[in-house]
Amino acid sequence: MSQKINPVENFVSGFEAIRATLAGNDLPWLDSLRRSGIGQFEDIGLPGPKVESWKYTRLRPLEDTTFRPVTLADREAYIDQVPTVLPSGLGCPRIVFVNGFMRSDLSCLDNLTEGVTVESLGAAVARDPEWVETHLGRIGSLEGQPLVALNTAMMNSGVVVHVRRGVVVEQPIQMIFIAGLTEEPVACYPRNLIVMEEASQATLVKLHAGLGVSAYLANAVTEVDVGDAAILRHYRVQSENMQATHLGSLHVRIGRDATYDGFGLHIGGRLSRTEVFARLEGEGGHCALNGAYLMKGREHCDNTTVIEHAVPHTTCSEVFKGILDDESRGVFQGRIVVHKDAQGTDGHQLSNVLLLSDKAEMDAKPELEIYADDVKCSHGATTGQLDETALFYLRSRGIPEALARNLLIQSFVAGALDEIKCDAVREAMMSKVVHWLPAKCFLAEEWTEE
Amino acid sequence: MAATLETAQQVQEYADDGYKYGFVTDIETESAPKGLNEDIIRFISAKKKEPEWMLESRLKAYRHWLTMPEPEWQKPEFPAINYQDSYYYSAPKSMADKPKSLDEVDPELLATYEKLGIPLQEQERLAGVAVDAVFDSVSVATTFKAKLEEVGVIFCPMSEAIERCPDLVQKYLGSVVPYTDNKHACLNAAVFTDGSFVFIPKGVRCPMELSTYFRINAENTGQFERTLIIADEGSYVSYLEGCTAPMRDEHQLHAAVVELITLDDAEIKYSTVQNWYPGDEEGRGGIYNFVTKRGACRGRNSKISWTQVETGSAITWKYPSCILQGENSVGEFYSIAITNNRQQADTGTKMIHLGKNTSSRIISKGISAGRSDQTYRGLVRMGPKANGARNYTQCDSLLIGDTCGAHTVPYIESKNQGAVVEHEATTSKISEDQLFYLRQRGIDEEAAVALVVNGFCRDVLQQLPMEFAVEAQKLVGISLEGSVG
Repeated sequence: MSQKINPVENFVSGFEAIRATLAGNDLPWLDSLRRSGIGQFEDIGLPGPKVESWKYTRLRPLEDTTFRPVTLADREAYIDQVPTVLPSGLGCPRIVFVNGFMRSDLSCLDNLTEGVTVESLGAAVARDPEWVETHLGRIGSLEGQPLVALNTAMMNSGVVVHVRRGVVVEQPIQMIFIAGLTEEPVACYPRNLIVMEEASQATLVKLHAGLGVSAYLANAVTEVDVGDAAILRHYRVQSENMQATHLGSLHVRIGRDATYDGFGLHIGGRLSRTEVFARLEGEGGHCALNGAYLMKGREHCDNTTVIEHAVPHTTCSEVFKGILDDESRGVFQGRIVVHKDAQGTDGHQLSNVLLLSDKAEMDAKPELEIYADDVKCSHGATTGQLDETALFYLRSRGIPEALARNLLIQSFVAGALDEIKCDAVREAMMSKVVHWLPAKCFLAEEWTEE
Repeated sequence: MAATLETAQQVQEYADDGYKYGFVTDIETESAPKGLNEDIIRFISAKKKEPEWMLESRLKAYRHWLTMPEPEWQKPEFPAINYQDSYYYSAPKSMADKPKSLDEVDPELLATYEKLGIPLQEQERLAGVAVDAVFDSVSVATTFKAKLEEVGVIFCPMSEAIERCPDLVQKYLGSVVPYTDNKHACLNAAVFTDGSFVFIPKGVRCPMELSTYFRINAENTGQFERTLIIADEGSYVSYLEGCTAPMRDEHQLHAAVVELITLDDAEIKYSTVQNWYPGDEEGRGGIYNFVTKRGACRGRNSKISWTQVETGSAITWKYPSCILQGENSVGEFYSIAITNNRQQADTGTKMIHLGKNTSSRIISKGISAGRSDQTYRGLVRMGPKANGARNYTQCDSLLIGDTCGAHTVPYIESKNQGAVVEHEATTSKISEDQLFYLRQRGIDEEAAVALVVNGFCRDVLQQLPMEFAVEAQKLVGISLEGSVG
């Protein structure tokens, strides 16, 4: 297990083995895109601690485990109940992937609004390869991004969402990725493409859920194009299993007067790193990147974000709240870049972390990189423990200590969850947070019902 | 209103002559041959009549230096430094046989310092400050030595300290900044020529401010000074540092190392006004200021406070740091950095909390104008044993003009749940409303900007000793000259 292996070589030989089976491998443009991906990955290799943006996160699981790429057989795992974010009573459409492949028997896409397409990448490539060609790989650059390059080489499935001009989708659409339940360590490479045409609106809810206890690697890349005056609410939950390595990156382009509202809740995974690269390319654009992470055991959670203001008069806001227990480790690296002519930029960033144990560790690196003068940018970062006086106050009112702690943690995380505009999603996320809390005492909601 | 007028006058005064310290003193010098090799190091060591152990430690550092790569993580960009194209030792010829007293010092040197506003004659007017004047590679004079020795304070050039108190030097030199620390500190350990040594004995409160004034004069010369300040139990000292250089077209390297050590209940207050030649408007010439400054609060309840005003240098690369080992020890960092034209600055601090109940405070104010680029880079680390440790960081950047850059790169690492870390940063431009208000009252634009900037820096300026505060305020005005309109 701890034997040293050559991960880069393994990934490359894995690619050669499955290349012929990948969706659309007969399309020359797709094949050459994949080849350039593997070439880039081979050149750069896995990012080590010498790379500044990987200073605090080491890819140890990749150094000591060989992951084989998933095959169609892995898709057939028995799922008795599909994990979801939103309660099934709401009847929201959903698309479900098991170990990287779409399962139509578990998905439910009948009641989609007209003008919206939700399908797997394989289906999209087969149906309309020209459309996929004009959008795939346009926002997520391979340059200096070995994990994006690896995903580009291996991509076989994933979700494609296309909302046409002016279409407003009321109901949230769920995208569910289930992994685990394999005997040996596997790697899946979901590649998602979200295209919001001009003045369209939609709410997407993505869940990465890990079942069982087997190790796996999820290397996901999502490209998002938010067209002029479009609004995308993009809410993500990462609840991989305790052995999982989740390396996701999100590449967002935001057009004129468009809004991208993103939120990520991280409550699982042995090692997870989520990178968000958002670029505001049209005046009046707004980008919100918020998130919360709750870690215990020896989990490691890394949130790295880069928001680029490329044109004048754009705004962004970021609020991240972290709870670290046991020997867990949190990393937050947030960078706001204001380009030379991006006057009138307004950008704010906040990272608050609570350490619940003496062995937990938090590393934060909030960065501002500014090349224009008419801007208002700020960031704040704090690390500390639960407020003793608040705890005392609650206890003096007869609330048991364990519950008082839970209440305080809940309200701390709520500071980030409040940024979620969709009520149903916010409530669903809060209930995930409550379930994460130490169960040794009765939960807050039960207590208030009495 | 008086203060307003004063500032306005100062700006006017300096608007005409720009960098007024840019003159060259025509004095006969004695130099080591150009370049860097083991023979040069032996030459420096022999010139200083150093003991064998000192030469050994220099050579060890030099051999390690050869193996070290150039640091690449910083923001400033500059062509690779040709270490062989520089003199590593340059001293006024008149210093060959050490003058016994101030009366024997070359009048030309005294005149130079007079011109810089640092009269070396022990005058009553300046009775509050003792000065060590370093000219290129050597210390030319140290004032008020006798008076300081009455209370047991040792304040002398480093080369003299190696002779006089080798035990202290051997014990503490390199104990805070080891030669392996970084490439520039390693070079300094190999070729340092002079600098100040301060020892404050137990329970003594140093009766006057101590000050070192560094002057680069010779062409193509690097300056590598080494400062070591030791504050024994219960002592206190306030130390000031100033520096200037002539205007030249080529870049000159200044790689200094400063080490501070405080034992139980001791306090060191270290203030710098850095005004090396910044280069001209097109970025020709100017000093590369690559400095390693670090203090260790070894004792309980000890305190180290850094205050810096960085206005000069083509490139500043400097992170005065505090290692807070002793329980309840305190570290402070107050900084103003101003860059104009083509200047680049990458500066900040490191606060490393190791002991219980240690606290630190960082206030950094950055002002960029012209086509300059400035980065605040800071580290706050809470070790696993730093229960009850506390840090507060505030860094504000002000941008003047749309061609400059301001960046903030803090690293915050906490391994202790009982430690509290707070960091805040803002970046904005000068408020149009404030400028309008001042102009409406008849203050011209440049003076108004200087006023607003002085206000922006007030928190830090207040930390400076009186003599420096006045100079620093003037500098703020001059450095920004030509940045508006």
